[in-house]
Amino acid sequence: MFSIRAKKRRDGFILDVAIEVSSPGVVALFGRSGCGKTTLVNIVAGLLPADEAHIVIDGMALDKDGKALLAEHRRIGYVFQDARLFPHLDVMGNLRYGEKRSKPHLDTPRITLDKVAPLLGLEPLLSRRVHQLSGGERQRVALGRALLTSPRLLILDEPLASLDAARREEVLPYLEKLRDELAIPMIYVSHQFEEVLRLATHVVLMEHGKVVSQGSLDDVSLHPELRAIVGSEAVGAVVHGIVESVDSSTGLASVRIGSNLLQINLRAARAGAHIRAQLLARDIILATSRPDNLSVRNIMTGTIARIVPDEEDAELVYVDIGGASILSRVTRAATISLGLRVGLPVWALVKSVSIRGHAFVEGSPR
Amino acid sequence: MMLTAAEVDAVRLSLSIALRSVLFSLPLAILVAWLLTRRRLHGRLLLDAFVHLPLVLPPVVVGYVLLLLFGMRGPIGGWLYAHFGIQLVFTSAGAALATAVMSFPLMVRAIRISLEGIDAGLEDAARTLGAGAWDRFFSVTLPLMLPGILAGAVTAFSAGLGEFGAVITFVSNIPGETRTLPLALYTALQTPGGDAVAARLATISFSLGLLGLIAAEFIARRVRRMLGR
Repeated sequence: MFSIRAKKRRDGFILDVAIEVSSPGVVALFGRSGCGKTTLVNIVAGLLPADEAHIVIDGMALDKDGKALLAEHRRIGYVFQDARLFPHLDVMGNLRYGEKRSKPHLDTPRITLDKVAPLLGLEPLLSRRVHQLSGGERQRVALGRALLTSPRLLILDEPLASLDAARREEVLPYLEKLRDELAIPMIYVSHQFEEVLRLATHVVLMEHGKVVSQGSLDDVSLHPELRAIVGSEAVGAVVHGIVESVDSSTGLASVRIGSNLLQINLRAARAGAHIRAQLLARDIILATSRPDNLSVRNIMTGTIARIVPDEEDAELVYVDIGGASILSRVTRAATISLGLRVGLPVWALVKSVSIRGHAFVEGSPR
Repeated sequence: MMLTAAEVDAVRLSLSIALRSVLFSLPLAILVAWLLTRRRLHGRLLLDAFVHLPLVLPPVVVGYVLLLLFGMRGPIGGWLYAHFGIQLVFTSAGAALATAVMSFPLMVRAIRISLEGIDAGLEDAARTLGAGAWDRFFSVTLPLMLPGILAGAVTAFSAGLGEFGAVITFVSNIPGETRTLPLALYTALQTPGGDAVAARLATISFSLGLLGLIAAEFIARRVRRMLGR
């Protein structure tokens, strides 16, 4: 779908990245503040000149004869962290601003207000003034405004960062809907792993202006560098599964992950739905024999694939559970007393309540 | 209070000269304010200082410099007369020029403050929505600058009604041509028994000034509401 190569040196900071994405969906640009995420997307959007950049979207390069295309000609939608709605126009005026200036193109279907308004729940806002909108509503209008230009690529630069938790929850479902219902590739900049977990189909991990790792969320979640970025508390394998059944009385869904069946709290899911869940390394307990008489609902069988040192006196144990990998953090003392080693069959235990699962629309890209 | 024909002339002249000076300097003031806030120019400091000079110079000096430049034998004045038949010295057009130069810093200042208050990020947003440079300026920057532009224009207009030193030095004190309110007032004071006339003219000046300031505030409020602030 698109590829990005960019270099920029500024005040001792060096950005040097190459990103290749072959399928549509949401590419999460993930990394700590100051790692160059915003710099990179500004280069892609054409708002910031790079020392060297070559960007190709759908086979079309954004530079001609070594000259970069102007931002206003790139047809890249951009949703800024602070929405940046025009205060002198009402919501309708803001939405129409980009639509009026975009020409119909054959390569992308035209996105109309009739389509965007219900998708983002904008109908009740249309005649409002910008200053009468809440933070979440502003971001929805900004999203609609960018979409109405029928962009070839949509950049979202931490669109939820300036919102409180409740407002974030209000906007996230709309973003999920966009991902599942529109065919526009998106670059989603974030330093919140929770958002990445819910939205991303492809993850690019950045650190100090470089790409540390890129690939599917499952692969990147196993990357050792992730700990430095999300903190050791948030380290954990992301796994995919298919819901086999839902017990409506308990709200627990049985989800097939690898060769194991997991019970996960997922009220909204239907049988057959694809889901994605993160199993935090700190929540996974390992046992070398099958445990009995426990309240824990989930006991998975697997074999140890790898043991790497984690923080002080702790180790990360990679367990292959048949088609998927999970991570467990154990103390070094436990590793020694249990005799944990690569190849050893183990039982991995996790409480259902500690699994964060999110439903994906059926058939959506993994 | 009945006004004599000469007094009506002075009021009319003052209003028309102030208006012409504002219309003439407004586009230039917008350009200069924009250059000073949005561009990283070489010699920005110098341009800034130059624009503000009329604030600190004695008005007579400004009039004198105008006379040197725009006089019939001056480099610009001579050229204008030879090519276009435009004469500035001793005309109301020259009075408008002198007034424009004097009130220019006030106008630039007001516009600049409003421009500094506009998030440049909005212009970036307009770019990503497909707006080119001119389009961005007219669809985003200019409307948001409107309060500053109106405030600057009204202030410059009000100040222009009372411009004295630069006007009398550059275009002299010709009844019906360059004798504006303050010049008529000055003339009345110089004339034996002109006290009553002077008092009347002073009252008119006072009323016009007050009216101008009230109008400015009224317009500013309307515009702010329009911009949703």
